[in-house]
Amino acid sequence: MTVMTFAKAINDALRHEMKRDERVVVLGEDVGVNGGVFRCTEHLLMEFGPSRVIDTPLSESAIIGVAIGMAMNGLRPVAEIQFSDFIFGGFEQLVSNLAKIRYRNAGHYFAPVVVRAPVGGGVRGGMYHSQSPEAYFAHTAGLKVVIPSTPSDAKGLLISSIRDEDPVIFFEPKRLYHSLREDVPDGDYTVPLGKARLVREGDDVSVITYGATVYDALEAAERAAKEGVSVEVLDLRTIVPYDWEAISRSVRKTGRPVIAHEAQRTAGFGAEIAAMIAEREIYSLEAPVLRVTGYDTPFPLVHEHHYLPNPERILRAIRRSVAS
Amino acid sequence: MRGKAPPDPETLGLSSEDLTRMYRTMVLTRVLDRYLLRLQRMGKVALYAETIGEEAVGVGTGYALRPEDVLFPSYRELGAFLMRGVPVSEILDRMLNTVDDPLKGHEFAIFGDRRYNIVPAPTPVATQIPLAVGYAMASKVKGERIVVMTIFGDGATSKGDFHEGVNFASVHKPPVVFVCRNNQYAISTHVSKQTGSSTIAQKAVAYGLEGIRVDGNDVLAVYLTTRAVVERVRDGGAPVLIEALTYRLGAHTTSDDPKRYRTEEEVQRWAKLDPIERMRGYLIAKGVIDEERDVALRAEIEGLVAAEVERALQRPGLEPAVIFEDVYASPPWTLLEQAEELKELSGLQKVTKG
Repeated sequence: MTVMTFAKAINDALRHEMKRDERVVVLGEDVGVNGGVFRCTEHLLMEFGPSRVIDTPLSESAIIGVAIGMAMNGLRPVAEIQFSDFIFGGFEQLVSNLAKIRYRNAGHYFAPVVVRAPVGGGVRGGMYHSQSPEAYFAHTAGLKVVIPSTPSDAKGLLISSIRDEDPVIFFEPKRLYHSLREDVPDGDYTVPLGKARLVREGDDVSVITYGATVYDALEAAERAAKEGVSVEVLDLRTIVPYDWEAISRSVRKTGRPVIAHEAQRTAGFGAEIAAMIAEREIYSLEAPVLRVTGYDTPFPLVHEHHYLPNPERILRAIRRSVAS
Repeated sequence: MRGKAPPDPETLGLSSEDLTRMYRTMVLTRVLDRYLLRLQRMGKVALYAETIGEEAVGVGTGYALRPEDVLFPSYRELGAFLMRGVPVSEILDRMLNTVDDPLKGHEFAIFGDRRYNIVPAPTPVATQIPLAVGYAMASKVKGERIVVMTIFGDGATSKGDFHEGVNFASVHKPPVVFVCRNNQYAISTHVSKQTGSSTIAQKAVAYGLEGIRVDGNDVLAVYLTTRAVVERVRDGGAPVLIEALTYRLGAHTTSDDPKRYRTEEEVQRWAKLDPIERMRGYLIAKGVIDEERDVALRAEIEGLVAAEVERALQRPGLEPAVIFEDVYASPPWTLLEQAEELKELSGLQKVTKG
């Protein structure tokens, strides 16, 4: 075990996979000489050289498109999009090509690309450095979508994503990059895609969440405990495919689900979970399914604390759930 | 120009008022830029993209526009805004997100205000370029005699939006002028790693348009070139791509550390070509100003900006409810409900309409 930040754990996973498998290449803006604007690719250029650590021109569309072509020809590219807010420049490649390559080619060609991108708010980043666009990609068949919340999961899930035979959109909550430190397993370490993590056990309310919101949920759970309410916190880690078994187990136990994410409410990923609970676990419910999310506005520069699903807002939903 | 005596202002058709206005605005841009950087370090401004060493591009192009012309800038055009007459106070209200922020704290853009025909810059690079083409096409439909200018960086020329926008303009020929502020760096990426072309200007040729490369650290060259192009386009000429070659002396933004990817020697080489010093040398050589007047001018500008910063720091901030404004022309029920929730949570005052 080595104590690492979230960013360092990403770096460690990339280095580990590049050493293990020479098909793994990294490409993106400022990933080489600069080591990435969040330092996730630091020193990789020195270690693996410019044919495997590729500084690209400023073009999200070409970064993703080129990564697809590389993957079709046998490489395992890990493309970095500097902020998930800029991923839309490559949206056509993601949706029209990356997601559909395997299907369109009936398996003759496929593209195991990982697209890494920092996601989420809480860094005074304004509209274009704070968004949580995961629902767009969850809505696109053919893509897997991963959002780790701890350094260990960042490493384990990134390694699993690189080894996956399908494209993975790997969102890294940027406010965690340098604010979190923990013991991360050394060497080969994987966390399976599609498996949730029970972060905190509880009996009364289930907070189902992912990404940086896990920490807001934990704080809310801590405060609820002082009010005598026992809250379970479930970190989905992967939203496509998501761990329905873990969700249903928790909902059956508490009967009071609260879903929390930073992305805006309307057609956010929470709506999918809520719908599944309604379809399959409605008789387990003791209270309506509640959502605590970003508001249905673009991400604001000012007052982002109010916009985000902060502990206060999650606690309020917990109280409302218990009162129902 | 090196090696021979620079031409007299009269030869260039410039009055001493033209010269002093451009010089003064460059100095003002530098002073305000330094204050904004300090305000960011103090935590008062969230993020700032400095413009030090690049003042001639904004000021020279800004001076070539008429008030009715419309600017679609990128995020480093402080000089153009000041040259178009935006008061320092309004830029500070914007950057500090005071209650008078014309953009209500919604986003970063250094400035934008319809009263000045300045569209706030988007952060996603190059995305303003097709918009400028469309705006210009509409002005043609409406029979207006305006010119639309869009400014973008060298990195922007790698994006589809640039090529698609310029290509579209080459077919329909609306009154649009493309200005590439080539400061040679897109964060850490030098322009030589951005494109295989030896200039940005030559990219225009492939679209059947004229491309001009100008010394972007020479405010007079930038102004004279841009004015000629703007007036030609106003008279129905085809769109033109101007490349203003300059150098980003500062960091990309306050989140960047350029020491990681370029040498101090390289920076010092370009610091010697400081556009403000060059203009000052020219004005003194031609007797437009003297040392004494220059010192007084700089002191006056320092004082003005310091006083405006003091004032803006005292202004109240925006209320949280502002985040619900301007999402739609009239908010749907979902948003009204969410605004109510926030009001309850934070004990706020009534949400006003956008």
